[in-house]
Amino acid sequence: MSIKEVGYISHQELIDAEQDISAERYAKGPVAVIECVQEIPCNPCEDACKFGAIYVGSPITNLPKIQEDNCTGCGACLARCPGLAIFLVDKTYSETEATVAFPYEYVPTPEVGEEWEAVDRQGAVKCKGKIVKVMNPKAFDRTPIVTVAIPKEFADEVRSVKRK
Amino acid sequence: MLTRELLVIGAGPAGLAAAIEAAKNGVKDILVCDLNMKAGGQLFKQIHKFFGSKEHNAGVRGIDQGVQMLKEAEELGIEIWLNSAVVGFFGDKIACIEQGQPDGTKKIVYMQPKTIVIATGAQENVVRFKGWTTPGVMGAGAAQTMINVNRVQPGKNIVMLGTGNVGLIVSYQLMQAGCNVVCIVEAAPGIGGYGVHASKVSRAGVPIYCSHTIKEVKGDGPDGRVSEVTIIGLDEKWQPIEGTEKTFEADTVTLAAGLKPVSDLVKLQDIEIVFNNAFGWVPVHNDKMQTTAKGIYVAGDTTGSEEANTAMEEGKLAGVSVAEELGYITMDEAKDQRDQIWDRLRGLRTGPFGEKRAIAKVVQMGKFPVD
Amino acid sequence: MCMRVTDHIILGHDDTSKMIEITVDGKKIPAKEGEPILAALLAQDIMVNRYTVKRNEPRGLFCGIGQCTDCAMIVDGRANVRTCITPAVEGMVVETQHGYGIQEV
Repeated sequence: MSIKEVGYISHQELIDAEQDISAERYAKGPVAVIECVQEIPCNPCEDACKFGAIYVGSPITNLPKIQEDNCTGCGACLARCPGLAIFLVDKTYSETEATVAFPYEYVPTPEVGEEWEAVDRQGAVKCKGKIVKVMNPKAFDRTPIVTVAIPKEFADEVRSVKRK
Repeated sequence: MLTRELLVIGAGPAGLAAAIEAAKNGVKDILVCDLNMKAGGQLFKQIHKFFGSKEHNAGVRGIDQGVQMLKEAEELGIEIWLNSAVVGFFGDKIACIEQGQPDGTKKIVYMQPKTIVIATGAQENVVRFKGWTTPGVMGAGAAQTMINVNRVQPGKNIVMLGTGNVGLIVSYQLMQAGCNVVCIVEAAPGIGGYGVHASKVSRAGVPIYCSHTIKEVKGDGPDGRVSEVTIIGLDEKWQPIEGTEKTFEADTVTLAAGLKPVSDLVKLQDIEIVFNNAFGWVPVHNDKMQTTAKGIYVAGDTTGSEEANTAMEEGKLAGVSVAEELGYITMDEAKDQRDQIWDRLRGLRTGPFGEKRAIAKVVQMGKFPVD
Repeated sequence: MCMRVTDHIILGHDDTSKMIEITVDGKKIPAKEGEPILAALLAQDIMVNRYTVKRNEPRGLFCGIGQCTDCAMIVDGRANVRTCITPAVEGMVVETQHGYGIQEV
């Protein structure tokens, strides 16, 4: 099943688009995960990264490629992606937990300390999550970035929280 | 009779871009007419961040691009008439304008401008099924206007028909406005719009049913409003498969089945039009956006529905060409400017989502008579 | 049921508009000054604007941009007013339109 048929991507599609992150890189700390597997005319992510970790080039329909060793895990690209297709995953958050940061453009905005239901790419509830960080500075232009802590085994699946 | 150096019909992204670019290149005495209460066309419904590159203000929300364009137009001294529709076109570029008055009445005025840019946009296609006239069935654009411009929900539980970018984006925005999207239905075997837009609604738990269509809408709600929607699976020949029906409770159905160019004015001026599968009936034009009638240019969805970025680029092309025709810039200066714009336009029309439009444009422009 | 979108992550909190009152089928309802009549009706969950000439079928909001005429109503005694593009004004009298909206045609 491809994104074209079901509306969400599979791990294989990430691999085919050369956007999957290696286990070695995950072990080093937070890293941007780009989930943009179709050639669409768009490149703000390339400009958003000060460290040269994202490359689109010309034509602008090229798929964005992440140079994982250049990614510092700063998360500056998340709110800049008009497709809301970049996530920040930290599998080193604690012994048992990982964090996933994602853009969340709904009201109410989650608040730090709250418990929300964490959902996967098709909106299915996977586990409970604790909100550990919420950022919404002016530069994000009303795209809040929410970070949720979840059990480690769900780090590759959880991509949002369920709307309240 | 009134006159102007340039009359732009339509104050959406294409029309405003044309007026601004013409003014920047020296054209004076520019008038933009629009039949709506507010300028900016559909930009003020687009609360999402736009795609594209830096040159296209990518990442900036459509509403903010609208504000920026109106500010620029004002600074350049461009006059805008609102509540003013061009209702007729006679002889050599004589426009009949129903001019809105401050007291809400209309006055008919005639104008013979030196040049005209027609940027009248597009309108939504309708899909007919049993119950399609039931109150609560509406265009996706209508629903989008209600939530993002008028800030009122069109309903609570919504079934969306169509998975082009409009269907996907409006579904997302309905949820941002607090509505519940029950499901999205698509007759084709695959989702039409960008995967990243589909992913947003999927994450929110909205199921997308491809190879399905709406079989029937029941209107047993209050005052005969939509109460129930039945969808049905389609086979590879797009024929309904009996027994695959699913019924959902819903009070609203929104239709996002594509757009067709509004080209009535084009037809009134004896401009050559051509049919193609990507756009429908569209005016023939050249790389200057000039139609087969001298002094009349087109831009934006009226020449084939695409999106706001391409509309603005086409508007800029038309603006530059108007300045050239009126002698404010040389042929070479105009060509230099247009080459840069065309580079960006070609960029927007590459990739699997742009190729079909790129080819259609080549054919459409290929019909332009060579002198 | 209030259908207004008061809080919105992108558009912010909506509290700037001056509220006025219009009369719809004899009942007074609130409206934001200058908003389309149709929006004020939707905010009160009123969806039907008119009934058709031949079959007396209900019609409501369809295009929202003044093209389709499904939202036509009688406004201050004038029939066939497209409520989606007509601003609400204090004291306006709005009536559901039946057929052509006038006694004799």
